[in-house]
Amino acid sequence: MTMAEVQIMTGNTAAAIAAKLCQVQVVAAYPITPQTSITETLSQYIESGALKAEYVRVEGEHSALTVCISASTVGARAFTSTSSHGLLYMHEQLHWAAGSRLPIVMCCVNRGVGAPWSIFNDQQDSIAQRDTGWIQIYCRDNQEIIDTVIQSYRIAEEVYAPVMVCYDGFVLSHTMMPVSVPEAALVNSFLPPYKPHTFLSAENPRNINPVIFPHMRKNSAGVLCDGYMEMRYKLQKSLEKAKDTIIAVGMQYTKLTGRDYSELLWHYKTEDADIVLTGMGSIATEATVAVDQLRLQGIKAGVVGVRVFRPFPRIALQKALQGARAIFVLEKAISYGYEGALCSDIKAALYGTGISAPMHNYIAGLGGRDVKAREIAAAVETSLGEINNKKTHNKTVWINCRQ
Amino acid sequence: MPENLFKVNREEYMLPGNRACQGCGLSLSYRYVLKALRENTILTLPASCLTVLHGLYPTTSVVIPCLNCTFASTAASAAGLVAGLAATGKTDTTVVAVAGDGGTYDIGIQALSGAAERGTDFIFVCYDNEGYMNTGTQRSSATPMGALTTTTPILTKEQNKKDMLKIMEAHDIAYIATTSPAYPLDLYDKFVKAKRIKGTRYMQIHVPCPPGWGYPPRETVKLARLAIETGVFVLFEIENGKFRLTGRSKSLAEKGTRIPLTNYLERQDRFKKMSADQLSQLQKFVDNKWNEYLKKSAS
Repeated sequence: MTMAEVQIMTGNTAAAIAAKLCQVQVVAAYPITPQTSITETLSQYIESGALKAEYVRVEGEHSALTVCISASTVGARAFTSTSSHGLLYMHEQLHWAAGSRLPIVMCCVNRGVGAPWSIFNDQQDSIAQRDTGWIQIYCRDNQEIIDTVIQSYRIAEEVYAPVMVCYDGFVLSHTMMPVSVPEAALVNSFLPPYKPHTFLSAENPRNINPVIFPHMRKNSAGVLCDGYMEMRYKLQKSLEKAKDTIIAVGMQYTKLTGRDYSELLWHYKTEDADIVLTGMGSIATEATVAVDQLRLQGIKAGVVGVRVFRPFPRIALQKALQGARAIFVLEKAISYGYEGALCSDIKAALYGTGISAPMHNYIAGLGGRDVKAREIAAAVETSLGEINNKKTHNKTVWINCRQ
Repeated sequence: MPENLFKVNREEYMLPGNRACQGCGLSLSYRYVLKALRENTILTLPASCLTVLHGLYPTTSVVIPCLNCTFASTAASAAGLVAGLAATGKTDTTVVAVAGDGGTYDIGIQALSGAAERGTDFIFVCYDNEGYMNTGTQRSSATPMGALTTTTPILTKEQNKKDMLKIMEAHDIAYIATTSPAYPLDLYDKFVKAKRIKGTRYMQIHVPCPPGWGYPPRETVKLARLAIETGVFVLFEIENGKFRLTGRSKSLAEKGTRIPLTNYLERQDRFKKMSADQLSQLQKFVDNKWNEYLKKSAS
C-alpha cells in the first residue's frame, strides 16, 4: 500500500481525476446536466497541459461516442461521459462500440428521462441500455467512482468490451465527499498503457466492420471465418467471462489500496439477516440506513448491493439471497408494463434454486423524488405484514407516490 | 494543377471485381479517388453503396485501410480517427470520409458541420447520386425537382436540390472542389491537391446511377458529361475562399455554349413524369445557379 492523498471532492471531479490518472489519450464529450463538470474539468487538464490528450469538442453525444470508437480503433485509450438523453442519443453507438469490441470507458451520471423533462436523478437512462453489450458497474460513493473508473480500463482492455461506470446524478455527482486519490505511480503500475491486439493503421490495410452475412464465409486464403452469430457468441462469452476478470482486477486493486473490490456485490449487516434489501447505487446506500432503523424494531434486515449489473452476478446473488425470508428490490427505474429490470433479473437468477422467498419490488426516487430511509423502512414493515399474513408474495410497490 | 495525365498513379487500390452495379458512376470515380489519395490514407464510410462496393466479410475489393461507421456519424468517425492518430503520434496519415448524398446532405449533416466548424484535418467526399440508391432509390434532399423515386412515386420530387456546396462554403473551410467521373483527370488533380492541403476539405462527385436514374449502364459517362454540358452540375474549386471554375465548366463559361437541360433529362426514366412547369422551373433553377457561379468566377 502506498500513501494516498485524501481530498474533498464531488463525484464528477473524482471521475475526471480518474480519467487523468488513467492517462486517457482521447476525450470526446458533450455537456449535459448533471455530467457537465466532468467535461469542464477534463478541458482544464488538457488545455493546461496537465493531461496530454486530444479533446474533441463534438456537436452532440452521438458524435462523442463515435469519436471514442474511431480513436479506440486506431489504438488510443478513449473516455467519454454523459447522462440521460445524451446516453439515449448514443444508443446506436453503444451497440457499435460493443460490437466492435472496443475498450472504451464512459461515465454515466444517472438522470431521469423525458418526457416531460427532468434533470434529476434516477437510473432509467442506463437501465434502458442494459442490452447493448456494455459492462455496467454502479457506484455507491465518490471513492467508488474514482476506483471504479481506474479498474474499468483494466477490465475493458482485458475482455475487449466497453464499460459504463454509473453513478447517481447530484446525489453523487455534485456532492462533496472525502476521496482517497491513488498516487499516479500506483495507477501506472496497475494499469499499463493500452496495447490493442488489432488496430487500424495506414500500413496494414483492413476493412473493419463491413457487411456480414448470416452464414460463415471463407476468406481469400480459404479459411472459414466467423459469421454474425459467432461474433455475437464471442461477445456474450467475453461478458460472461468478464465476471472473473472484474473480480481478479478488483482483488489486485484491493491489495494496492486496501479498499475492498473483491466481489460483484457488496453486503451490509447480512451475516444474520433474514430480510434482504437489494438495489444499485445510492438507493442501496439509503437502504443501509433503513436497515439500521428496521433493526431497532427487531427486524433482522441487511443489504446486498449490486455493484456489477452486466455481466449479471447470478451465482453471487443466489448465494447472497439463499437465507432470505423476504427480498425487497429497490429500483430507480422500471421496465414499463412489467416491473423493475433488476427485480426481474434477480427472480430469473433464483429460478430453479429452491429459493422462493416472497419478493417485493420497490420503485422509488424517479425523476429525483427524495427517497428517505424511513420511507423504505415503513414500506418494508408494511410488506412484511402482508407477507406474514400470506397476502402477497410478489408485488410492485411505488414508494412516496400519489396513487 | 499539381499533376497531369502523364503522372497518374499507376497503382490500383480497387481489386478486380466488386459488388457495385454495372455502370456505377461511383465505381468509376472511386478508382481515381484512391489513386490520388495513395498510401498512408485511412478511410471511414457509413452504410451506403460504397459499403456494398467494398464487399462482404471476410473479403474486400479495396486495398485501403477503412473503418465502417454508422449512417449519421461519418464526419465524427473521421474526427475520431484524426484524434486517435494524433494521440498515438501518427500525424502524417490522411483521414478521408466518404458518404453518399443521404449520408452528407441529410442524416450526416450535423456531424459534418461539427467537424468542418472545428477545422478537423480531413477530406470529406460526398458522392452524389441524387437519392437513397443503396436502399432502392428513395428521395433525398439532393434529388432534383421532377424526379421519380420510390418515395415520390406519383407526384415526383416537388422541391429543388439542396445547395450543399453553399452550406460547406459557409463553413469557410480550406478547400472545396466538385468533380465528375466524365472528367477523371480533373477529379484526380483535385484529389491530389486536396491531399496536400491541411484542414477540412470537402469534395463532391456527381455520380450517375443506372438503376436509380433509369438509363442503360453504358451511358454513365455520357450522362455525367451531359450534366456538365447543361450546367446541372458545375466543375469548380474554392481554395481559401477563392472561387474558380475548372475544366469543361470553365470553357463552357468562356464560350457560352451551355446546352438546354432537356438533352440531359430525356435520357433518364426518372424524369418521364416531369411536367412542363417543372421543366421550366428546373431550367430556371439551373440557370440561376449558373449565373451565380459566373458572378463568383468574375469577382
